[in-house]
Amino acid sequence: METAKENLQTEEFWVNMGPQHPSTHGVLYVELKLSGETVVDCIINIGYLHRGIEKIAENRTYTQFMPFTDRLDYVASMTNNLGYVLAVEKSMKTEVNDRAKYIRVIIAELQRVASHLVGITTFVQDLGAFATPLFYGFREREKIIEFFDELCGNRLTYNYMRIGGVQFDLPKGTDEKIKYIVKYMRPKIDDLESLFSSNAIFTARTKGIGVLSKEKAINYSVTGPNLRASGVKWDLRKDEPYLCYDKFNFDIPTGANGDSWDRYKVRIEEMRQSLRIVEQAIGGLPEGDPTVKIGRIIKPEPGEAYMRTEAPRGELGFYVVSDGSTYPYRLKIRSPSFSNLAVLPELVKGMKVADVVCVLGSLDIVMGDIDR
Amino acid sequence: MKNVAADSPEKQIEIPREALPETARRLVSEGFDNLHCITAVDKKDDIELIYTFYSMDKHACVTVKTRLPLDDLNIESLANLRRSADWLEREVYDLFGVKFLNHPNLKRILNPDDWDVHPLRKDFSSPDLIKKPKS
Amino acid sequence: MVSILTFIVMVIVGAVVLGFIAVSAMFLIWWERKVSAHIQTRYGPMRVGWHGVLQSVADVIKLLLKENITPEGVDKPVWWLAPFFAVVPSVMVFVCIPFGSLFGIDLIPRDLNIGILYILALTSVCVLGIFMAGWGSNNKYSLLGGMRSAAQIVSYEVPLIISVVTAVMFAGTLSMQKIVEAQKEMWFVFHPNMALAFLIFVISATAEINRTPFDIPEAESELVAGFHTEYSGMKFAMFFLGEYTNLFIVSALAATLFLGGWQGPFLPPVLWFLIKTYGIVTVLMWVRWTFPRVRVDQLMGFAWKVLTPIAFANLAVAGWVLLK
Repeated sequence: METAKENLQTEEFWVNMGPQHPSTHGVLYVELKLSGETVVDCIINIGYLHRGIEKIAENRTYTQFMPFTDRLDYVASMTNNLGYVLAVEKSMKTEVNDRAKYIRVIIAELQRVASHLVGITTFVQDLGAFATPLFYGFREREKIIEFFDELCGNRLTYNYMRIGGVQFDLPKGTDEKIKYIVKYMRPKIDDLESLFSSNAIFTARTKGIGVLSKEKAINYSVTGPNLRASGVKWDLRKDEPYLCYDKFNFDIPTGANGDSWDRYKVRIEEMRQSLRIVEQAIGGLPEGDPTVKIGRIIKPEPGEAYMRTEAPRGELGFYVVSDGSTYPYRLKIRSPSFSNLAVLPELVKGMKVADVVCVLGSLDIVMGDIDR
Repeated sequence: MKNVAADSPEKQIEIPREALPETARRLVSEGFDNLHCITAVDKKDDIELIYTFYSMDKHACVTVKTRLPLDDLNIESLANLRRSADWLEREVYDLFGVKFLNHPNLKRILNPDDWDVHPLRKDFSSPDLIKKPKS
Repeated sequence: MVSILTFIVMVIVGAVVLGFIAVSAMFLIWWERKVSAHIQTRYGPMRVGWHGVLQSVADVIKLLLKENITPEGVDKPVWWLAPFFAVVPSVMVFVCIPFGSLFGIDLIPRDLNIGILYILALTSVCVLGIFMAGWGSNNKYSLLGGMRSAAQIVSYEVPLIISVVTAVMFAGTLSMQKIVEAQKEMWFVFHPNMALAFLIFVISATAEINRTPFDIPEAESELVAGFHTEYSGMKFAMFFLGEYTNLFIVSALAATLFLGGWQGPFLPPVLWFLIKTYGIVTVLMWVRWTFPRVRVDQLMGFAWKVLTPIAFANLAVAGWVLLK
């Protein structure tokens, strides 16, 4: 037996996963060095979706740049809109009225639910449950998309937030509509959870896979649900409240082990908390006119502002440098997926090929957000 | 007029570039262990690097700024101190041409490897690609 | 004269069997698309014919017209032969599948007295086609798929055969027709031993034909398409045909060995056989569109640490029961 093992010649080899691959969530290119089925090394190449949005920003007025933010994280356009307008408003040292704040919170939280539905179901699809969970998730998400469609006429790239307010006030009958969505969504989230969590194969595939320790998560500046799954109780909505998040009651779910299972669990629980926020916000919606009041020409004073918001995938930061003109002098987008993806090689070394797909799915990345 | 995020204590310090590794090490040991963002701004004469550290325990954020003259764009890398600096520094290198010394893998990250321009520099121009619309 | 008559009968039987395989595979593809669509809250094909029944015909025409691409650097003879190795053994299995009887004629091309042994021998050959495709494609994903498939099929053959042996012990014969007749009083599945054997058979058969949750040789989200990544046109269609023929075969075997084959009241035997077979097919489809995929090491662990010991224990108990 010993000699047979010695005579057996084995070779490690490189496999290119991507840029065209069914489960890299876009044009991500991962080079895997394999020994049989075990991953020895992993190199990530990004940039296939780089559109130079930061450069484009320098050549557009503040308002003209709005639609480009939709194209960053295209699964959660509303929260990108929100991050950008908050950063510009911070650089202008202005604040919107209460109704606009409430509307923004409602929209952002509904967007979070929609985004997590996509995130979780594509993750389960990557594990091989082909298309069925995806269709279920998209069916639920459709309710939210329909509402956004009524609100601003778009289904994916909304361009709804405005510097100094929102584009339109909520249409008539929105109260009932949102209450219906919340009422509809709760049992559906329970359904999805029982569908996945009680599945022995799903459990076996995710528990203990891709363990991200607390220290490593902070070291890599991982944010969002991925950080909370590692046991760090950190959520900008609670820890550095913006808009009017300090007025609502909600919990921050955290995981214990930081494995793929925890990342999935945290997302499920976050959807429930988001619905809680939406319910409270629609109940206490103040009167007023949320549309823009600060004039058409946006001209911040020379200076800079850095604003972080809690997007569905983590902390989305916009760094706006203004030179007093109508164009941003420099706009840096600190995207959550960018830092979240960087940790992947650490998590998959020594695992099987199938686990790479599992960990990648559980990190829930969007390539538009990473490459910008 | 009210600052939107008035309750987040932000502190800014400006340092010469030689002091960066020492400052970063001190900040990390003081609990500002999350190197959240590294970015740069082309100020025409020099390039300003901005490091954002924050501490989750203290709920505080420190922004470290340093300036590099255009003819000498070298600075010590923080990638060995905080792993998040790895990709963020590669991005700054790619878009601004700042060279980070002792970086484990300083390659272009977003743009093609064979480019020799740095698109976010103000002296970068490609009139065929980007036209400024009339405002 | 006798030899010419035999020859004519052979040709007719062959044509009927081949026609049945083609129609059955086309029906199964359409059926799978419909079942999966309704599980996923959508309609599936609706345009070609009533509820898209002719969709598979359109697909076959499309595949026939497709260009056959031979990638550079493939191992040509192996690459060309692989699709045939995937299909021909499956077709040969039909020699011993008892369809029942119609107008007094037994619908079984030839009732070999070692029928079940012959079928098991041929189904093992199918892995050769997959492995040849994986090796010959000169593609790392295909190679990984081929490797996985060889390991998987060899492993799951053990519990599969043990569960079949249990059925053979109860029937006391290897002939397929006689196994069916042995279930005249009671279908084997109603015996506790055989119920367990039936379960083992269905699980390992799912693995044998590479269906979810054991579809790791073609694992779309990991290996793109596994062993048939590089195949296009009719060669791809051959793999597809082989896959759906195998699906029919394992379901037919399960129906024959455990569910009384073509036996049943009122309806003609052929109908009973088809109802049982397609019923099992539908259950397998239901499983496929519900479960995620297991990992390769979990798959092997399950075969060797769980299924095989249970199958052997079951066999021993069955032997004891029969001796008593």
